[in-house]
Amino acid sequence: MSIPPKPRKETPITTLSVPTVGGMGKTGSWRTFRPIVDYSKCTRCTLCWIYCPDGAITRQEDDSPKIDYDYCKGCGICANECPVKAITMEREAE
Amino acid sequence: MSQTVIDTANHIVAYAAKAARVQVIAAYPITPQTSIVERIAELVESGEFDTEYIRVESEHSAMSTCIGAAAAGVRTFTATAAHGLVLMHEALHWASGSRLPIVMPVVNRTLGPGWNIWADLTDSMSQRDTGWIQFYCADNQEVFDTIIQAYKLCENEQILLPVMICLEAFILSHTYMPVEIPDQKKIDGFLPPYKPKWFLDVDNPLTHGNIVSPKWYMEFRYMIQEAMETAKQLIPEIDKEFGECFGFEHGGLIEKYKCEDADLILLAMGTIGSEAKIAVDNLRKEGLRVGSARIRVFRPFPKEEIRKLAENTQMFAIIDRGISFGMDGFLAEETKASLYNQKDQPLIAGFIAGLGGRDVTFKTVEKIAKKSSEWMRTDRVEKEAVWVDLRE
Repeated sequence: MSIPPKPRKETPITTLSVPTVGGMGKTGSWRTFRPIVDYSKCTRCTLCWIYCPDGAITRQEDDSPKIDYDYCKGCGICANECPVKAITMEREAE
Repeated sequence: MSQTVIDTANHIVAYAAKAARVQVIAAYPITPQTSIVERIAELVESGEFDTEYIRVESEHSAMSTCIGAAAAGVRTFTATAAHGLVLMHEALHWASGSRLPIVMPVVNRTLGPGWNIWADLTDSMSQRDTGWIQFYCADNQEVFDTIIQAYKLCENEQILLPVMICLEAFILSHTYMPVEIPDQKKIDGFLPPYKPKWFLDVDNPLTHGNIVSPKWYMEFRYMIQEAMETAKQLIPEIDKEFGECFGFEHGGLIEKYKCEDADLILLAMGTIGSEAKIAVDNLRKEGLRVGSARIRVFRPFPKEEIRKLAENTQMFAIIDRGISFGMDGFLAEETKASLYNQKDQPLIAGFIAGLGGRDVTFKTVEKIAKKSSEWMRTDRVEKEAVWVDLRE
């Protein structure tokens, strides 16, 4: 769901954006491959959290990653960066 | 206390940046602008000018630095000329689109090849569609005053557009003239510190210059156009207020000289406008009713004032130190476009003169006026664009 635009008189005079969750809608629907974390292999190094280009991974209390599937586009960068291969990419169900 | 200094326009620009209390300066040298950033460097080094002086590796970087600094909410300045300006071209659009009040003197210099370092307006004229406000100055005092006026204008929240202050190479940049520099306290009163409406702040993150879908892009362009229209109201008001504070006014959008009863009005920009005033006095002694209108602001273009001038005169002779290849001189084009659909349409003759720094003196202007008045008498302009003193 995108943010409803305001009337012209109420918009700023140039394009200013503030951080917001899901301004362009739930991009998780773009995904073809889904990252799955094997928490028994995960060493809590947080590299996947650092590398996720969409901020779709959050750090949990124990530093393990939590993937937000509403916004994860399935790019696979986290799986590629994981040094212990704890993340696998699995094809989304048809 | 105010003081009178005798100095080059380039050094006067440096003093104006200091007087405006500019906070960030992006410096990159290019002839004939170099002595602006050199003089500023001396003022910074001696401790007279407290500013962030950033040496950059190109003009593209200079403008990008100004964009970053202005977006951080501080008063920002750079200066350039000719090839430096055209290298900046892309970033100029980013500055205006981001609505950042950057002020940049441009020392008008010829573009190569066939390169040289003398005066020609093609460099800044070819930036006319970048969304920058453009002033053209006729003497060193006007250069100083216009820089102070420009910050007042562009920081107004109805405007928020960058401004070029154009001055011709050597004719102004390296010529010593007396200039009155007002008392700093009075300048501070006229030009209070810049208060940005938004700025980049790590504690309150935002980004600017983002993607905009076709649904909204036009609206942002429209707001730039609205600001340009508003600038046409504010520029004469600010010039008048400046005159009341400091004693000098420069004509607002157009400096008119003996136009009231003129049959023929000479339209020019920059220093050719100064020469035109001398020509007007000489020609009037010979019985020709001539006036001069020096277009001080080229963007926004003062078309309403041009239309008013057209109401009471028979002919415009327009002198351009530049040519839009395949069409006319820039000022001639814009003037003609301003008069279409209007009832009063004087004859118009365009003259291309002074390219690449060739001298245009009052004698040249007199010759142009006499040729024009011949055509005025026969009510027929024989040649739409005359290249003055062109070698055969």
